[in-house]
Amino acid sequence: MPHIVTDNCSSCRFTDCVSVCPVNCFHGDAERLYIDPILCIDCGACIPKCPVGAIVEDIDVIGSPQIEINEAQSAILPVIMAKQSPLPGAEERRDQLIAEGVV
Amino acid sequence: MTQSVVIVGSGPAGFFAAQAFLSADTPIKVDMYERLPVPFGLVRYGVAPDHQKLKSVTAVFEATAADPDFQYLGNVTVGQDVSFNELTEAYDAVVVATGAISDRKLSISGEDLPGSVSATEFVSWYNGHPEFRDRKFDLSHPNVVVIGNGNVALDVSRILAKTPEELAASDICKHALDALSKSKVTDIFVVGRRGPLQASFSIRELREFSMLSDVEPVFDPAEIDSVGASPEELKEASRMLGILKGFDHPDEPRRAARRIHFRFLLSPVEIQGKDAAETVVFSKCKLEGEAFKRRAVPTTSQISIPAGLVLRSVGYRGTALPGVPFDERSGTVPSLQGRIVGADGLAIPKLYAAGWIRRGPSGIIGTNRECATETAQSALEDLAAAPKSCDPELRTELLLRLRTGSSAKVDIAGWYRIDQMERKAGEACGKPREKLTTVAEMLEAALTLEHAL
Repeated sequence: MPHIVTDNCSSCRFTDCVSVCPVNCFHGDAERLYIDPILCIDCGACIPKCPVGAIVEDIDVIGSPQIEINEAQSAILPVIMAKQSPLPGAEERRDQLIAEGVV
Repeated sequence: MTQSVVIVGSGPAGFFAAQAFLSADTPIKVDMYERLPVPFGLVRYGVAPDHQKLKSVTAVFEATAADPDFQYLGNVTVGQDVSFNELTEAYDAVVVATGAISDRKLSISGEDLPGSVSATEFVSWYNGHPEFRDRKFDLSHPNVVVIGNGNVALDVSRILAKTPEELAASDICKHALDALSKSKVTDIFVVGRRGPLQASFSIRELREFSMLSDVEPVFDPAEIDSVGASPEELKEASRMLGILKGFDHPDEPRRAARRIHFRFLLSPVEIQGKDAAETVVFSKCKLEGEAFKRRAVPTTSQISIPAGLVLRSVGYRGTALPGVPFDERSGTVPSLQGRIVGADGLAIPKLYAAGWIRRGPSGIIGTNRECATETAQSALEDLAAAPKSCDPELRTELLLRLRTGSSAKVDIAGWYRIDQMERKAGEACGKPREKLTTVAEMLEAALTLEHAL
């Protein structure tokens, strides 16, 4: 039952999560992050760090294509170990997600 | 000249600090001293034995320990085997990462009766901590009261509730499994001072109660309505409340061998009993204050819950280290960005803190990575600004003295021997490991096998 990153991360990429991940299981491309489901130890430290609520447990989104997307993308993308700058427009997108009640 | 750092304590904060030092651009020697022969602190002795996936974080620590610039030395008590002053003389930086394992008291009458103990003692007992393995807990009474609303309260309740079959696949120690197999406990009361919206349970831990084989968690949804929460508070707590509402109602007939009662708005007043704890008296509480800052205020109305075992889990505090500033009120070492500060508020050269001894007992394993990384960065900045190193001879002499001293010391190879022996013993009974639970056994495993291999 690993944790996964959802599409909420897309266009935001705040990366606050990576600094608390004890096992460095976050991988990323230019758009967003993904969790390696094999490495994730389900500690949950990342969940409250995400400003857009993009991290969930897979059992909360059973059947979501995001589960496979995290698995496939994390296998081919590099590990993100330290916090990076959010993408341009991330704050606006966060405010929009909050306004829409998604977060 | 290569600079050197010593880390006192080998739990998550200590290992994450080590990781940060070792991945710095300039090479740095990192020595780690641990009071017990075995490493990993609360990962070994705090994390519940049925949470093996969480415990697998030790693989990350072992990868750090494999760095040639890292040395682990177990069975070293700072203040006894080596003074704090010696550390500051022999190293360029000293990181205190000793954690916070002593518990907060309730400060109520009867608290010290036999049968009223801290939840951490119980946790340390079932996890086989050498200083707690010989504790005895009365499991002959049908009721246990657990005071507190955090994850430790959930851990002890779950361990008390699980069947011996469910526990058998964990690395719970044999002595604890034997005692729990004979347990007559049928009802566990998890009691919080504040309401269900204010509980500090993690969603994940709370949800586990719905998945146990012969346990029914019970909760009265009327407890939610009684507190008058704001819509924002209800939204914030919606996932937790959803899980609580999914539990059985206390009025429903019993369908499992054990019940866990989630009770709220009860503040302990007194533990009554003649020679041991028999009854816990609570004041019913109401909430006061604005949203997200609600306080529990006792009313005149009281209830009593009989119990043979009372486990308090109302917070933890660090213990002072001789020669290091300590804030008695918070139970932490005062610091700024990980730099330990004196009474004047100024950073004391060379002294740093990381983990629970720095922040207090909150946050989980991963939280300590961020904390310890910040501490290491502060130290690295200071080291770069003052590159004059200690005489490396002092460190060499100190390590030599510790290794050849009267009491045996355990290096990382020694830990692997202990680890191997524990895994082997576990394999024989279908467990991930059967822990060695005395210092003497650990030292024997760490040292004698050396000749056999």
